[in-house]
Amino acid sequence: MVRELVVISGKGGTGKTSVSASIISLASSTLKLVAADCDVDASTLHVLLKPRVKQEEKFSGSKVARIDKGKCIKCMACQSVCRFDAINDLGVDIYSCEGCGVCAFICPVDAITLEDRDSGRIFVSETKYGPMCHAELLPGESNSGKLVSLVKQYARKIAEDEKRELIVVDGPPGIGCPVISSIAGADLLLIITEPTMSGLHDLRRAINLAQFFRMTKIFVAINMWDINPEMTTEIVKACADEKVEVLAKLPFDKKVVDAVVNRMPAVEFDSTSPFSQEVKQLWDSLFSLLST
Amino acid sequence: MLAVIIAVAGGKGGCGKTTVAVNMALSLASKKSVQIADCDVEEPNVHLLIKHKLLWEKPVSLFSPQFNMDKCTLCGNCVKFCQYHAIVKVPNKILFFQELCHGCEGCAFVCPHEAVERGEKIIGVVRGGVSENGILKLVYGLLSIGEPRAPPLIEAVRKSCNSDTDVTIIDAPPGTSCPVIASIKGVDHVVLVTEPTPMGLHDLKLIVNVVRKMGLSFSVVVNKAGLGDDKVYSFCKNENIPIVLEVPYERRISELYSRGIPLVEVMSTWREKFVECFELISEAVKGG
Repeated sequence: MVRELVVISGKGGTGKTSVSASIISLASSTLKLVAADCDVDASTLHVLLKPRVKQEEKFSGSKVARIDKGKCIKCMACQSVCRFDAINDLGVDIYSCEGCGVCAFICPVDAITLEDRDSGRIFVSETKYGPMCHAELLPGESNSGKLVSLVKQYARKIAEDEKRELIVVDGPPGIGCPVISSIAGADLLLIITEPTMSGLHDLRRAINLAQFFRMTKIFVAINMWDINPEMTTEIVKACADEKVEVLAKLPFDKKVVDAVVNRMPAVEFDSTSPFSQEVKQLWDSLFSLLST
Repeated sequence: MLAVIIAVAGGKGGCGKTTVAVNMALSLASKKSVQIADCDVEEPNVHLLIKHKLLWEKPVSLFSPQFNMDKCTLCGNCVKFCQYHAIVKVPNKILFFQELCHGCEGCAFVCPHEAVERGEKIIGVVRGGVSENGILKLVYGLLSIGEPRAPPLIEAVRKSCNSDTDVTIIDAPPGTSCPVIASIKGVDHVVLVTEPTPMGLHDLKLIVNVVRKMGLSFSVVVNKAGLGDDKVYSFCKNENIPIVLEVPYERRISELYSRGIPLVEVMSTWREKFVECFELISEAVKGG
């Protein structure tokens, strides 16, 4: 059976992608895996995994309204019914339009049509760790949740077809629609946090989100824990209160940044660095959790 | 002076958006009337860094259909109309999936039997307050857990801002998609915070595309300067993007942030730097 490990963080910039890339590198030596980058609006996993794109498809996240000026009788009905304030002076603001079609329905002269919008691209690639699914949302496009679901669908299909054992998902920050799509169906959720007040605040919200969706296998890793040991203690306590286990405390390590600059997972850039050693233990713990 | 709205964005999470927004707001607040609006409603952090008194809170709700099954004939018009597949017809009833609904009201419009009633669902709250020293106003949104729709709440945060305050600073969420658009639409200037690493540069390029497409005036702040490499600088130089501030990568700065203490409150020289940065931005805004 294919298992799915999803890495999220609540707060951005806690090191999700650095940890994910290292886990992918370590996991690929024992398991057949598929990597999936679900941070579709600011994806960076490819910076470290250097995929070669094999297949590329267009993605249309939603529709967008178009007003035929020739037919329009300027009755303003569309403008008054639009819940998204997307029509101003009878022009469609494509960033606000959610393609619901209410304007087209209300228009008495059929001057409005809905068109597919070009929202981005989805890729299936090859890396030295195994296949990778990733995507690129065009700047300012909406419906990233739908694109995330697609990336996961592709990853699952490949995993099934090629009898792969593990999908590692690098998720987006936040707790909104792309995050909800990312954690759906996960066997194991790993939340990467950092010992800052914001890290703790955002971690609590991420844990509550996972609990809201009745996930039970929720684990935490505290990255750069030694930047503020007191806050780390507080996070460990907060996790205990939520009955969530802290699997690892990863040290602050300049080598992690050097690895990013050299576009490599940290465990490959320097396999003996303090960060690498802790990540290896983290992977061992995750591996035994995934095996049960 | 004319009221100015500045948004602080940056594709990458954790690049220092909140640090820049909070410190700039605090630095300016002794000279002008200033408010800070936290539009990262999924994970708002501004209120953690500014000691404040909460003054008000209001719930924000969106249209949510209520199906009156006495009137419903199961004609399926609403099911066909809904672009988000939030309504499904099973043999003898209608199933509604709240988390897919965008609140467009289309189902209510197309129902020939008035069986779709206009109900509401709370998606989060907007809160307002003032800093303990009374000089900085603060507005932030908090999205309900499990609620996917951030943009309408972001709009509510922006509508709650006072329009005649001299300076409004918006802390935008990470990424480049709809929540970011909702946060920066119509602002006078966008400050893009980045860090000098390949990931920072990658996400900076994405967000530069967004602000260019939207026709907004923008500049860059390099956070954690000294870390990583110099490619962010050469990118900005080639693209003629002004760098209005650099915040160095220093353990002391990270430690302060981790304890939730704004830089300018303990390292007062930074106050001047943020004021200077604001002046550079004001020039850019005036210059169009």
